[in-house]
Amino acid sequence: MNQSEKIKKQMEYSHMVQKASPDSPIIMDCVKAFVSGGIICSIGQMLRNYFTGQGLSQDDTGLAVSLILIAASVLLTGLGLFGKIGKFCGAGTIVPITGFANSVASPAIEFKKEGWVFGLGAKMFQVAGPVIVYGTVTSIFVGIIYYLAKLVM
Amino acid sequence: MIRKRLGRHTVKLDNPVYIASAASTAGKKESEGPLGEFFDITLGDDKFGESTWEKAESRIVAENMQLAIKKASMTASDIDYCITGDLLNQITASVFGIKEINIPFVGVYGACSTMGEAMGLGAMLIDGGFAENVLVGASSHFCAAEKQFRAPLGMGSQRPPTSTWTTTGDGAVVLTKNGNDGMPFITEVLTGDIVDMNIKDPNNMGAAMAPAAAELMTAYFKETKREPEYFDVIATGDLGYTGKTLVTELLASEGWALDSRYTDCGIEIFDKDSQDTHSGGSGCACSALVFTAKFYKLLAEGKIKKMLFMPTGALMSPTSSQQGESIPGIAHGVVIESRCCNGHI
Repeated sequence: MNQSEKIKKQMEYSHMVQKASPDSPIIMDCVKAFVSGGIICSIGQMLRNYFTGQGLSQDDTGLAVSLILIAASVLLTGLGLFGKIGKFCGAGTIVPITGFANSVASPAIEFKKEGWVFGLGAKMFQVAGPVIVYGTVTSIFVGIIYYLAKLVM
Repeated sequence: MIRKRLGRHTVKLDNPVYIASAASTAGKKESEGPLGEFFDITLGDDKFGESTWEKAESRIVAENMQLAIKKASMTASDIDYCITGDLLNQITASVFGIKEINIPFVGVYGACSTMGEAMGLGAMLIDGGFAENVLVGASSHFCAAEKQFRAPLGMGSQRPPTSTWTTTGDGAVVLTKNGNDGMPFITEVLTGDIVDMNIKDPNNMGAAMAPAAAELMTAYFKETKREPEYFDVIATGDLGYTGKTLVTELLASEGWALDSRYTDCGIEIFDKDSQDTHSGGSGCACSALVFTAKFYKLLAEGKIKKMLFMPTGALMSPTSSQQGESIPGIAHGVVIESRCCNGHI
């Protein structure tokens, strides 16, 4: 079989696969993510209102809200409940800070068996690591653009 | 051509290689599935009393292998070779599982097709006169496989409808030269080519492996001039619903109709609606468990006279996938017959 025949065959098969493979229920997934993500953000807002009412500064309030949401996600991950919630909510739990906390806690638990250094220590950021790296890199570029924009204006 | 070879992919054994016993050890989720009552040992929890999932899988291997030997009324010293494999890196589940049993060991890797590969090799060793009794098996563990191939268990992510659920357990059989008519026996061994149709989605393994199964089946029918009707049951590996649909379509395009005699082990092992397993089961243990818990018994009772058992495997690694390589598929088949009972159960 020559190369072009092979590619043709693969293309035909790819169409067959598309037809045979059921699609994810995108609309339902989006609705669930929208509602559950909204609920998490509303909880965050309620906490924020509470702390501000208690007289905390703007910065400290943000810190306290994040800490509580992170602690709750890590606790739920440790109890094995976050996976089940995440299966239902999808992006609803991944996108807020809850998803970030879960992505650090779950490999930490999983790889503890390989020891504190090469297991937990090394693997803890295998999911969150890229987010931190590219988040930092992006912030550098944004900083440069900001600096240049200020020089020009 | 060498006498025993019927073609590029099929060999015919001179003498039947009997399957003296079959043992199955299954995880908790598997025991709650449609085949639950047929397993010999079921696990209360997936750690099986061990500290890690990997140790649990090795213990499953150890206990199930020993059970297979015992059910064949043999001891480890009667077994000439042990041929097993699993999904973990460097097949450590098998190695640590059988290292205490002291049987000459042949480790094999065919991903989820391992049971077919091991049975075929074992049968050829016996028919070649190199062994009298061979112990073969395959194992996998959901948690250990997820850890190695996918994301940590506690990660809150969603699985697409085409994804499959790695089966926890071990299936093992003892093959022997010295059997009787009450035992099912292997008559032919089929070995597939590596088939790569450029599927890259690790959440659609059925689609990646289906062409391998379809090509080997087509090659077998051509080499033996047989038709699907020759068999009472044709069971492919762990293609699941998506892969089974594709095999049926691929065979139809070659002019062969697979009717209700065709099933897939990935569909047999779980109830997709109540167990939320999406496209079905997968993993080395999937076909191994379905064969040992279900088909072996039906063959031994004479309810199936001829079957084509064809486990399939996806031959990729996390590294090859991350480097953008596609997922090559493989299929290994064995033809198993039964003379039992002449239809009287």
